[in-house]
Amino acid sequence: MAEFSIDRFVDRYAARAAGMTASEVRALFAVASRPEVVSLAGGMPFVQALPDDEVADVARAVLAEHRDIALQYGGGQGPVGLRERLVMLMAEEGIDADADDIVVTTGAQQALDLVGKLFIDPGDVIAVEAPAYVGALTAFGAYQPRFLPIEIDDDGMLVEDLEQALVRGERPTFVYTVPNFGNPAGVTMTAERRRHLVALCREASIPIVEDNPYGLLRFEGEAVPCLRTLDPENVIYLGTVSKTFSPGVRVGWALAEQSVVQRLVLAKESADLCSSNLTMLMTEHWFSDDARWRGTLAGLVGAYRSRRDVMLESLDEHLADEATWTHPRGGFYVWVTVPDWLDTKALLAAAVERHVAYVPGTAFYPDGRGANQMRLAFCYPTEDRIREGVARLGSLMHDETELYRSLGG
Amino acid sequence: MRIAIVAGGRTPERDVSLRGGHRIAAALSSLGHDAWTVDPAERKLVEALRERPTELCWLALHGKDGEDGTVQRLLDLEGVRYIGTRALDCELTFDKVLAKDVLRRANVPTPDWVVIEGSALRDLGAGASLPTALERVGLPCVVKPSRSGSALGVAVVERAGDLAGAVMAALSYSDAAIVERRVSGTEIGAAAIGDPLEPLPLVEVVPKDGVYDYGARYTAGATDYWAPARLEPTTASAAANAAASALEALAIRSIGRVDMIVDEHGDPWVLEANVSPGMTETSLVPMAAAAAGLSLAQMCDAIIRTVA
Repeated sequence: MAEFSIDRFVDRYAARAAGMTASEVRALFAVASRPEVVSLAGGMPFVQALPDDEVADVARAVLAEHRDIALQYGGGQGPVGLRERLVMLMAEEGIDADADDIVVTTGAQQALDLVGKLFIDPGDVIAVEAPAYVGALTAFGAYQPRFLPIEIDDDGMLVEDLEQALVRGERPTFVYTVPNFGNPAGVTMTAERRRHLVALCREASIPIVEDNPYGLLRFEGEAVPCLRTLDPENVIYLGTVSKTFSPGVRVGWALAEQSVVQRLVLAKESADLCSSNLTMLMTEHWFSDDARWRGTLAGLVGAYRSRRDVMLESLDEHLADEATWTHPRGGFYVWVTVPDWLDTKALLAAAVERHVAYVPGTAFYPDGRGANQMRLAFCYPTEDRIREGVARLGSLMHDETELYRSLGG
Repeated sequence: MRIAIVAGGRTPERDVSLRGGHRIAAALSSLGHDAWTVDPAERKLVEALRERPTELCWLALHGKDGEDGTVQRLLDLEGVRYIGTRALDCELTFDKVLAKDVLRRANVPTPDWVVIEGSALRDLGAGASLPTALERVGLPCVVKPSRSGSALGVAVVERAGDLAGAVMAALSYSDAAIVERRVSGTEIGAAAIGDPLEPLPLVEVVPKDGVYDYGARYTAGATDYWAPARLEPTTASAAANAAASALEALAIRSIGRVDMIVDEHGDPWVLEANVSPGMTETSLVPMAAAAAGLSLAQMCDAIIRTVA
């Protein structure tokens, strides 16, 4: 008699690896990546809008002028020239930063991991929006915290709910938020709530991790002050060029107090020594030409705005009877809520069969909620594809509603 | 021999199929065959087979078009030989609505069930029959799509109020849902290969979370497997007989797997059979072969010989 060991290391894995399992949703996404499927699932930036020749020029220039640096290891903090460009980028959103207080990371995703590594002990409480960015939940999740989900509405996190949790005795290690055009809900925290959040966290000595990938992708309305500008000492700010330039260069960063930055640099160096000098220098060059990056960003914002408009119009046309949704004023995502008898995870198979895909809502909650919600991304598909995709979704919802009624619902 | 392994496709089991297909290709190559994989989602199958003359197809596709007789009929038309079960029998086996009837008629023990069809719900008022369905099979019950694999769309229903949701979920994967009495006990996979089919040792499946769902199937370490299964000899023999009867009733050829539960009394209950069982590193058939002392290559060789 023999017990078959498929994975001979199975008893050796750390407890934090327990959640890393195969999933039905991933299996369905393997089909959803087929060209005939309109994917409203992935949040891929519209990199086709980047001017080909100019990107190639930048790559050539970096290799011609800085070959020996570009192809070599670098320091863990990232090149100072790039950090100065990032200071300039943050100034666009009113943040007053010093290049010394920045650590460049491999995408903001690595910054999330490093923040988790630095701050989270198993069992620590981390306050997150509900729903929250799934990549943050998985990055922090590896350090085995307990998540404290704080509800959101159209004005962002319900800070009074956080306040009540603190009154109940909860003591989060930090509060994580995507205050601008959040992923997945697309909503933006109001200035009033930001002030409340910052005051509350300062009072309670709870750091805030502000993740701001979408801030410069505003389609309309006035910018709201970043949390970092409201309380520079208590806010660890995470940024990325993935949405303003390219996710392929994998350049993100953290801006924090020196004490935190020093630890982040050490953690970064132990994780991967340094980010790619080649792509960091390309990024520095890209943002050194003011007209180029501003022009490209304006083009991207225009394209995303049109796509957002088309998605909202299409939702009005096809899902008005079956669903409600958020109205993002920037970013990539619309968050759709369907009747609670619908399970969007189960429905994904039928959706893919009809050649449309989305991300089921449960992915974005640490506590299993969200079965009747879904995230739709308007960033990548063309306007025609968005129209077609939402129409397919509408027809599916309509049929599901009929089916539900036929089941006595 | 020049062998095309057809793997991939456009179903949710695409990745699983590709993983198995690549393993089979490597095994066949190691035996000296000229073996390559063809993914019908990437290349038009007929075109690919004509372009590279093929003596034999190994169908490693899962799900719709791959296990339901579609690709088999196409190969019949093209005159390309393939490993495994013939088209009509694939169709019968893949569709649980039909397969359960075939098994019952052949006196193969299979848990009581009823069928809820999407079109009957929409057009014939079948929703009113849901309480009758529950009376017939009782609670808890298992709701599954009639035509799907890898436990996709399967739900265990403990409370009557959850039945409608489970039926809707199953109908997301297929046009009909099976509502089946839930049998508790030991999960067993019974594989057989060759012509005539020779049984391999029974494999006992013990999912760590208690449910043998998609994650438990394809995450290494999420499920414990025992081969041979830890059954009393008489129980094992009864299970093996039930599996053999199921394979015979469904006319499965060259390779097949029967999924069963052995209940607390030691009685086997056949849940379903598969004409294209998974061949990944976490799949039952390669495990059963290993328990019989066969490497993957030796197992593939035995299967190839059924048509060579």
